[in-house]
Amino acid sequence: MTAVQKRIIVNKLALAFSTLSAVIALSFLFWILGVLVMKGVDALSWNIFIYEGSPPGYEDSGLKHALIGQLILVGLATIIGVPLGIMAGTYLSEYGKNSKLAHTIRDISDIMMSAPSIVIGAFVYAVIVMPMGHFSAWAGAIALAIMMIPIILRTTDDMLQLVPGTLREAAFALGAPKYKVIIDVVYRGAKAGILTGVLLGIARVAGETAPLLFTSFNDNFFTTDLNAAMPSLTVTMFNYAISPYDDWQQLGWAAAFILSMFILGLNILGRLILLAGKRK
Amino acid sequence: MIDKIFLNMTRTSALLILFIVAWIFVVLFNESTEAMQTFGLDFITKDEWAPNLDKFGAYAAIFGSVASTFLAMLLAIPIAIGVAIFLSEIAHDKIKGFFGVSIELLAAIPSVIYGMWGLFFFVPILRDIFGGMGIGLLAAGIVLAIMILPFMAAVTRDAMNTTPDILKESAYALGGTQWDVIKDVIIPYAKAGIIGSLILALGRAIGETMAVTFVMGNVHHTPNSIMDPTTSIPVTLANEFTEADSSLYFSSLFGLALTLLIMSFVVIAIAKFYFLRKVRKGQ
Repeated sequence: MTAVQKRIIVNKLALAFSTLSAVIALSFLFWILGVLVMKGVDALSWNIFIYEGSPPGYEDSGLKHALIGQLILVGLATIIGVPLGIMAGTYLSEYGKNSKLAHTIRDISDIMMSAPSIVIGAFVYAVIVMPMGHFSAWAGAIALAIMMIPIILRTTDDMLQLVPGTLREAAFALGAPKYKVIIDVVYRGAKAGILTGVLLGIARVAGETAPLLFTSFNDNFFTTDLNAAMPSLTVTMFNYAISPYDDWQQLGWAAAFILSMFILGLNILGRLILLAGKRK
Repeated sequence: MIDKIFLNMTRTSALLILFIVAWIFVVLFNESTEAMQTFGLDFITKDEWAPNLDKFGAYAAIFGSVASTFLAMLLAIPIAIGVAIFLSEIAHDKIKGFFGVSIELLAAIPSVIYGMWGLFFFVPILRDIFGGMGIGLLAAGIVLAIMILPFMAAVTRDAMNTTPDILKESAYALGGTQWDVIKDVIIPYAKAGIIGSLILALGRAIGETMAVTFVMGNVHHTPNSIMDPTTSIPVTLANEFTEADSSLYFSSLFGLALTLLIMSFVVIAIAKFYFLRKVRKGQ
């Protein structure tokens, strides 16, 4: 065998291995996705949206409590996390720039983005749940907001930096004060990017279970009391899935399906907005 | 005037993140002092975890975290690199776009779903093949590997894509095969980025709770084989936090949380500052 033939064979083998690993990866992932869709669609019914949780064995059981609870938790987290994230990102891009402080904040947020979410749950437990003496929706929302802030901070920072400096200078030359330049010129220019960051941030925390386990805890009934334990799709899914009851497990899959669709929807929407923004 | 207020508002928000991170460390440290004072180094070297006797040794949980992550990395790294090569070099442009986006979307699927799939669909298969319960270190490692795969493949692909086309073209012009170009041009060029991406994925895997909670078993026992049920730090926290009934128990759980935070902080910091920073400077 000549050296060239050998190289050709090695090349084919290597490419075959790489294609094979792509096939393996995809088949596992589509297996999981397939299970999610089959089990989820199977378990889906109108009852899920009408009824709240009930003991195993009851016909009229649903996920209304968890759906509403999830929306409240994620909504509260968004209200807390998004303004803080955007303002912090604004500081980094418009004031901090290349200062040491700005770089430190960027580095720390990068680390926080991958930090174990369960630890944030433990932290919120210690500073909110313990002093208050009970689980609460507030605690859950704050845990989610803490996870959301670094994501939104980093995307806002990146997106604002993409706005050309000449635009800012033009606005300054017209005599606009800095805050007006930022709000009316920089924010406007980076609108699509900031929105995408916000959507991806929401999508990221909406799927989190671990930080909610001991902050908002869970409840099998519908509640809007922010000072009490609040059900969420993720924790409900966890509890139902490890229960020995068939109908609860079914509801768990339905919850998994609904939540995944919501998160995928947010992700796709975020990408579309960014694409549309680029095209302009 | 408004300018000042605006500056102060944004600066306070930016400083808030530093404050929160420092606060997390302080709180976890404070809460865990009781356990640290009671057990000292035994906390991380002994594996007897007996809440009824007020004895807490976290060795099994720490071992389980390290072992399951190691196993997951062992399985995921070759496949992720294969997928990344496929995505950046082999696939046709259309497949590349579709496959690339689906990998990124799969990375967004909540990890609790990977855990549910593991419990209901994968563990039974392991049980049929190896006997026993199916739940244990191996199951946790595999589910973790699958969960981390999309993220790992996506970031590794991004690292490979930083190789300038002109370098690749020169190598092709010299008569290199695709594999020659991959191993002699792309991998050497993007090495720091690839290693950084893999370690970053490791940092995520080590703190992952929901994908492994279902399939690990939550038994405080250092496993003798990869089929043994065991536990990890996040699994212990998820299962026992709301059940803790003594202050020493709580304190030990906070000690676990602090240990986990330090482990993942160090891993992620190495990835970010040692490897990925080089990439940024190189460009």
